[in-house]
Amino acid sequence: MISFEIPPFIQNQLQLIRMVAEQAMRPYSRELDENEHARPQAFVQMTWPFTQEMVKRSLKPLMEQVNGGNGSNGSAKPKREGPDYGMVNFIMMIEQLSWGDAGQYLCLPHPMLGGAAVDSAGTPQQRVRFLKKFTEGAPKWGAMAITEPGAGSDNSAMRTTAVLDPETNEWVLNGEKIFITNGALALKESDGLCVVWATVDTQAGRAGIKSFVVEANTPGVSIAKQEHKLGIRASDTVALHFDNVRIPFDNVLGDPEVQQVESRKGFLGAMKTFDASRPAVAASAIGIARAALEFTREKLAEEGIVIDYTKALHELTAVERDVIEMEARYKGAWLLTLRATAQMAHGESNRLEASMCKYRAGDAVTWITQKAVELLGPKGYSREWLAEKWMRDAKINDIYEGTKQINQLIVARSLLGYSRRELK
Amino acid sequence: MLDFRPDEEQKMLTDTIARFARERLRKVYRDAEEEGEIPAALVQAGWEIGLLPTAIPEAYGGFGEYSSVTGALAIEEMAWGDLAVTLAVMAPNLVAVPVMLCGTEAQREEYLPRFCNEAPPKLTAALIEPLVQFSPYRLKTTAVREGAEYVLEGVKTFVPLADEAEAILIYANEGGHTQAFLVPAGTPGLTVGKRDKLMGVKALTTNLLTLSDCRIPAENKLGGEAGIDFSLLLNHSRVALGAAAVGVARAGFEYARDYAKQRVQFGEPIAHRQSIAFMLADMATEIDEARLLVWEVAWMLDQGQDATKEATIMKQQIDRMVVLVADRAVQVLGGYGYIREYPVELWLRNARGFASFDGLAII
Repeated sequence: MISFEIPPFIQNQLQLIRMVAEQAMRPYSRELDENEHARPQAFVQMTWPFTQEMVKRSLKPLMEQVNGGNGSNGSAKPKREGPDYGMVNFIMMIEQLSWGDAGQYLCLPHPMLGGAAVDSAGTPQQRVRFLKKFTEGAPKWGAMAITEPGAGSDNSAMRTTAVLDPETNEWVLNGEKIFITNGALALKESDGLCVVWATVDTQAGRAGIKSFVVEANTPGVSIAKQEHKLGIRASDTVALHFDNVRIPFDNVLGDPEVQQVESRKGFLGAMKTFDASRPAVAASAIGIARAALEFTREKLAEEGIVIDYTKALHELTAVERDVIEMEARYKGAWLLTLRATAQMAHGESNRLEASMCKYRAGDAVTWITQKAVELLGPKGYSREWLAEKWMRDAKINDIYEGTKQINQLIVARSLLGYSRRELK
Repeated sequence: MLDFRPDEEQKMLTDTIARFARERLRKVYRDAEEEGEIPAALVQAGWEIGLLPTAIPEAYGGFGEYSSVTGALAIEEMAWGDLAVTLAVMAPNLVAVPVMLCGTEAQREEYLPRFCNEAPPKLTAALIEPLVQFSPYRLKTTAVREGAEYVLEGVKTFVPLADEAEAILIYANEGGHTQAFLVPAGTPGLTVGKRDKLMGVKALTTNLLTLSDCRIPAENKLGGEAGIDFSLLLNHSRVALGAAAVGVARAGFEYARDYAKQRVQFGEPIAHRQSIAFMLADMATEIDEARLLVWEVAWMLDQGQDATKEATIMKQQIDRMVVLVADRAVQVLGGYGYIREYPVELWLRNARGFASFDGLAII
């Protein structure tokens, strides 16, 4: 049944999130942009109690299942009546937080991408074991390490290795990972975790890749570099060095079959992470787009320019037409994002739609924020206002979680029914 | 709650229409276009699917299941088959929907039962004017009250099936507001003029209409003294046109996709090239986005919400999208895209019309 109605519990929560954005994010936006590696303290303090509750809620059915001891070793999916709107809730929260400040949003004390990876590839026991600490104690962060200097979109070129030491039954990780959001926060500044993609067989290409959980303060992990970026400067982005990092055997995500060195199924589980993370990136893009759009409309209104939606095309000025196009591209990309998210709520596959919304939203926010700076004239370019910051923040959404082009490729292959070999 | 899947009844309906589109419309659309005429049996068959009677309230002989969302699903599917026939099949809506939404009780009683018959009533509507600066909210056709009558003056164009209409719903400017007036055929001062010669939808007969001292009883004003909520009607019209545009665009996309997979150059299908494949990915994304924009407006209307802003934004996006997608479809076919043996050039011509079609369909 086609419906655009947002469940009331989400609507109520959004009002709260809006308050966080206005009180704990916007006032610090400029300061955190200018002081790149400072941490958004106010935002972290205000959101941690809240994110703990969210993780608790999502773990509750799993814990019942895991503790139920029904002999199914927990590999079956938890039983659930009706759709699960948890992901819709999360996506809308991301949108509202990114409206506040996209850089700070990425510092949300939450399992984040690391959690998405554990949820997608882990067993119920693993999910409980690794994510339970996000429901207690001091603020914690989760991260995910995929990219390497020589392996961007091409995962098959991955060189970080995982070797099983039969004597101790531990995995030993070695390699270099870059562009890791929250890497320092997760591994050095809190008791968090980082999911690391590594290969058990460098000759096997993608098939050799599995995902491993590295917990905070594991010996051998070091921060190789803190990046300086175009935007989202409040976000912690680091390069990690893994030097004989030893982790327990069960820290490889997946069921006992996938965990085996010989298994070639790890990569599929790992890729599933993107089905959830791409709509999340799209939602963040949309939040920035809405911030820029609302601000532009507000400033134009102060100049006496208010859009009359009953005007025909030739009755509109060029600026009014631009604003309407901004609204159209914002709304369209948002609806694609909601669709990919609703599919998750209804337990449907959304690979194509996740890539579609991600590339469309990244593209839209890039254009919308650039247009906002343009329409605001010299004031738009000034660092007095946030429009120029939003334009810089926006661009990352066109790049991470797969560039626009990689996502177009995924969409195209899916539409044409082509393999990676047929459409390179 | 948040869901983008048609329900079972809607799927049955769209399956039925898809079959009609595939097995009937796609067989004749080119001949109809070249000959400038739609076979009467086809319009009758389209009518027999029963879209409109389903929507009419039970009190007037229908099934009372009016839904803008369902209408959008239906019209997309039919327009995928052919736009000109779709506009012809949907022509009675141009009177039925405004009467249903804005009519007085007397007007509803007079008109609505006629839409529940076995053959479509010959009724149509006139909104568009032959002007560069046409604006639905600021019409040049005027309606002036004189005693118990209204006097209509002006010129209309793109009036579907006006030559055989028994009555025409004419939109006119009354004191700065767009109002609608039911004008029976043969009313002095109402002249059905020459057939429009259009770039596309050539199978559909549309006419020029002139109103010169055309006098009608005051009770023929739709909605009585209070008149109509024109925004509401225009929003409903934009849902219909938006959904039809999605259907046309989808036809173009699917044809280009299938062609690109079988057209071999340099030893492999051209779809193996990113330059072609990415065009197709963009086309599909544009279409999906446009469809969601249409559905949102339709859903808002079904909820009784004001969707004027959303409908305007959606319509501008749709007008842009459908031309872009149809143009790319021609491009993917290369030289063949330009040849009338292939359908894509027809879809490009039809696509360009949407920016000028306000009020030409309503659901």
